[in-house]
Amino acid sequence: MDFSWLTDPFYQKALWTGFVNTLWLVAVSAVCGFALAVVFAVTRLRGPRPLAMLVTGLTTVVRGTPLLVQLFFFYDGVGRLLPEIPGVRESLVWPLLRDPFFYGALTFTLSVGAYTGEVLRGALLSVPEGELAAGRAFGLNRWQILYRLWLPRAIQMCLPTLTGELILLLKSVPLVSTIALMDLLKAANMVRDETFLVYEPLLLISGIYLALTLVLTSVMRLIEQRFPGARPAAPRRRRLLPG
Amino acid sequence: MPSDPTDGLLEWLGPILQGALVTLEIALLAYAIGLGLGLVGATARLSPWRPLRALGTAYSTLVRAIPELLLIILLYYAGSQALNALLTELGGDMHIEISGFVTAVGVLAFVQGAYMTEVFRGAIQAIPKGQLEAADAYGFSRPARFYRIVLPAMLPNALPGMSNLWLILVKDTALISVIGFEELFFTAQQAAASTRDYALFYALAGALYLVMTLGSNALFARAERHVRRGQPST
Repeated sequence: MDFSWLTDPFYQKALWTGFVNTLWLVAVSAVCGFALAVVFAVTRLRGPRPLAMLVTGLTTVVRGTPLLVQLFFFYDGVGRLLPEIPGVRESLVWPLLRDPFFYGALTFTLSVGAYTGEVLRGALLSVPEGELAAGRAFGLNRWQILYRLWLPRAIQMCLPTLTGELILLLKSVPLVSTIALMDLLKAANMVRDETFLVYEPLLLISGIYLALTLVLTSVMRLIEQRFPGARPAAPRRRRLLPG
Repeated sequence: MPSDPTDGLLEWLGPILQGALVTLEIALLAYAIGLGLGLVGATARLSPWRPLRALGTAYSTLVRAIPELLLIILLYYAGSQALNALLTELGGDMHIEISGFVTAVGVLAFVQGAYMTEVFRGAIQAIPKGQLEAADAYGFSRPARFYRIVLPAMLPNALPGMSNLWLILVKDTALISVIGFEELFFTAQQAAASTRDYALFYALAGALYLVMTLGSNALFARAERHVRRGQPST
């Protein structure tokens, strides 16, 4: 095991950029993806029929195809077609459309939206009808019922599953190393190509991922305990991963 | 832009379908081996012997906490190097290139086995203890108890997880393209690069994966009805 390359500032910088990009990608995709999941779930339950069918179709396609294929479709496929549309190159969003980070975040957001949307839909369905009726009896309007009652209750029910989805998101980030985006795996591959050390860089970032998984699960566990209406601490078995 | 996309499509349709077949073969083989590894892993995790239990737990925990793509690359290098070292040890300068197919199947099966371990462990633990005690009381041998009681009793619990893992596996086969093995997605990438119709060929690959996942969904639904026969419907 030879870790002397770690002292090289060039590799340090690459690893740090990869680390930061990984965290940013997870944060952006988790937040935007969750918002999208709420929209998807509510549309499928209460939206107009054509829209609900559209969301169902989109969910099926996203969940039925490999994430890597989706990433290539957006980055290599759509990303190459966009500049040919007249006016796109001059528009304000062009710098964004050239950035591989955008395509990574877009793909992951859509994926989180589809998978988490399904989880959320199930949770929304399992909120007792009587609670929503109680909201109506108190004179809450539809939006108030949704964001003060229905959604919080559903999230409370599926929080452990959401933790699992977040870990899955973290674990799909290395896929972006295949497009021109510096993440941890891309940094490790760079070290590997230049120093001919195969295991050291890969094992290092495996360790980083392991640590990130542990940190994320503990943070989510804390949120689960703090979430209003969480069941008071029944001793839980510690689990690294759901399932 | 190419002159006519249909030309490229016709030219590449054959190789891409061939790639889809390879993908299915890899997935089926890796799934079968993964099932075996999962059973072994679950047995280890439920074993009364502590070191074995720790080994099973380490396997399933570590593999599930590290991204699949990273594991695939790591195991790809580790696997080929270990095998070549072994061969040099045995027969001097015998250096063989392990085929991509074997590596692909091995790596995916190893990852799949870790997830399968957890599915089987949960399903086995959900079997009422009395059923196992009854089997013991009737003098079933351990293998007979496993085949006649444990397996049929756990399958209804395990099948939803198993079908989920199959879908994940089919989609994970696309990751094998990263190490340069010619399966469905790798062929699609080649087609895209040579015709420059990127969106078209990635969409086509996606559609083929969708056919596989939706098709297997239907099969698993039938299998679930079969293993749940005689149980009250929910």
